[in-house]
Amino acid sequence: MKKFMKFASLACAATMLFSTTAFAEGETFKIGGIGPITGGAAVYGQAVMNAAQLAVDEINAAGGIAGAQVEFNFQDDEHDAEKSVNAYNTLKDWDMQMLLGTVTSTPCIAVAAEAVNDNMFLLTPSGSAVECVANDNAFRVCFSDPNQGVASAQYIGENKIATKVAVIYDSSDVYSSGIYEKFAAEAANQGLEIVAAEAFTADSKTDFSVQLQKAKDGGAELVFLPIYYTEASLILTQAAGMDYAPIFFGCDGLDGLLAVESFDTALAEGVMLLTPFAADAEDELTQNFVAAYQEAYGEIPNQFAADAYDGIYAIKAAVEQAGVTPDMSASDICDALKVSMTEITIDGLTGTGMTWTADGEPNKAPKAVKITDGKYAAM
Amino acid sequence: MKKKFDKTAKSNAITYGMVIAFWVIIQIMIYTDNISSLMKGLLVPVCAYAILAVSLNLTVGILGELSLGHAGFMCVGAFASAFFTICMKDVIPVAGVRFTLALLIGAASAAVFGVLIGIPVLRLRGDYLAIVTLAFGEIIKNFMNILFIGRDSQGLHFSTKDSVALGLEPDGVVLLKGPQGITGTSKDSTFTIGIILLLITLFIVLRLIQSRDGRAIKAIRDNRIAAESIGINITKYKLMAFAISAGLAGIGGVLYAHNLSTLTATSKNFGYNMSIMILVFVVLGGIGNIRGSVIAAAVLTVLPELLRSLSDYRMLIYAIVLIVMMLFNWSPAALEFRERYSLKRLLHKNKAKEAA
Repeated sequence: MKKFMKFASLACAATMLFSTTAFAEGETFKIGGIGPITGGAAVYGQAVMNAAQLAVDEINAAGGIAGAQVEFNFQDDEHDAEKSVNAYNTLKDWDMQMLLGTVTSTPCIAVAAEAVNDNMFLLTPSGSAVECVANDNAFRVCFSDPNQGVASAQYIGENKIATKVAVIYDSSDVYSSGIYEKFAAEAANQGLEIVAAEAFTADSKTDFSVQLQKAKDGGAELVFLPIYYTEASLILTQAAGMDYAPIFFGCDGLDGLLAVESFDTALAEGVMLLTPFAADAEDELTQNFVAAYQEAYGEIPNQFAADAYDGIYAIKAAVEQAGVTPDMSASDICDALKVSMTEITIDGLTGTGMTWTADGEPNKAPKAVKITDGKYAAM
Repeated sequence: MKKKFDKTAKSNAITYGMVIAFWVIIQIMIYTDNISSLMKGLLVPVCAYAILAVSLNLTVGILGELSLGHAGFMCVGAFASAFFTICMKDVIPVAGVRFTLALLIGAASAAVFGVLIGIPVLRLRGDYLAIVTLAFGEIIKNFMNILFIGRDSQGLHFSTKDSVALGLEPDGVVLLKGPQGITGTSKDSTFTIGIILLLITLFIVLRLIQSRDGRAIKAIRDNRIAAESIGINITKYKLMAFAISAGLAGIGGVLYAHNLSTLTATSKNFGYNMSIMILVFVVLGGIGNIRGSVIAAAVLTVLPELLRSLSDYRMLIYAIVLIVMMLFNWSPAALEFRERYSLKRLLHKNKAKEAA
């Protein structure tokens, strides 16, 4: 065994030596991507990987960015901060010049800290925690968590959808608890009464009857679900089982609800969600994207895919605006893109006339969609 | 007796030498710029996991008790030290001093939890330690996910609900944000510090094994009744080994926490999965074999990253490697094969031939 171990470690050492010998050609832009493509959050990483690849292929077919072709390399992080840093280092060894990622918030914070040391340009498609874009080299495509919470409360309040509200959220999830906190703060301003705020954790996310019963007893007309769609599908099923039919309202995490396996989509009728992207929107850009995505990957793209697609085009616009060339170092590119990101305006899938501020946040209007006849419809 | 001592001394020297040689090789590679960023990033985790594997081997291999909550102690050490670091960021600007204190705090708090758990459980016979440590690991992880700590001019505020419930003054900052954990810990862990800590861990564990106390601990493992009959204080020695093991796991946690700028308690890093992972290092390296633990931890941490180019197949290959290693290590047929074709034996045969 010891002998075997010695050989194994020698083999590893040899691999380390060889893995450093790749060189940049200086002909192409190298964009890296990081996200979970295995494990519990794999669906988000897969969507981002597919959509970004789709965008890169389109750009390359149309002649590339400012005449240079684009290479895209996506690495798995298993939704874990440590693995994410490993993925980032792998991409650095590949001579990445810009990073589209990471997909999920906690790994994104860890990678952002590494990226700022290297002065690497970072655009996260869907890392929604505030700290993801704390550094000046980091930008994001999606809304931040506080933004979503505030926007949801305002939407419910201004459109007078309900006054008595219950919230069921995942207290062990950054995204969910982040939205809940801001929602709770804004709800008071909007004259909403939160009759029940029930938490669950990642370890107990199969039975929601207690939370639903409390919401029902509190007389909630609307249940706000700032959670991901897997748990939401269970909540909807269990609510139907106990004859409780309030309005369900969610954020972008609910996107994907209709694709859950063995879930009766009739139960999702009337669910509202605040998301910047709806796959059945009428505009040409969305329809082209959905058709191309469906053809390539055989499924309807979700909002993560749309964020990633816009992210790649945002990078393209920023690169063209700044006039950087593929032979520049990652650090020089970052310095140039930091400025040009705030100058560009993009009409993307997740909003028209998107602009960015120097603190990394996008300016775009959230859209509310409602599920009718098993499809998203704009409200 | 003399010969026996020489043999262990030699074996220990090889273990220390191996770690130091690893450090030297890596330093040369860094100096000549021959190392990939990926490997550079893996160096500190390798040290942290090696420390965890060695410390768990003390419980599993030397004390002979099964612990399934080793990641829980790592979690305690990580959060205690990261919290200290973030509180003292402005008070102690010198990173070295702050990190040393953080290490001591992390190790001490993990050891305290080790004692607290050990006192009732180690008095029992059977697998109770495995059950209780399993529960402990999960409790700690979930507790960290609901704990909110903020600081303002009034002092520290605690809550287990949400950060609004902390009731902070406008100048307050939330230091520990429940599921979001601690963000912005300074990156104080370096490879050299990791290696030094690994050497200290090895020194503590190897010295303990050879000492009088260590012999008492091994006697308890081998035959509890016989050990009791010659007057060995069972609870005392069990508790000692378990607390040291927990404290060293805390050190591993400190190293882990100061390597990433964000610290969250998920099932991936501090949950049941991680405890099993550490146990896998120990089992594959050989129960009671300290050097094997270090090597297994290093190989199994680096392997999945080196297999990245195989994308989706890497987890499959990783699993196959685990099974093959397990068979190679423990199956009777493989043991017999190794016995017959071991290098030592072949060399010996040649020598015998030459002599003849």
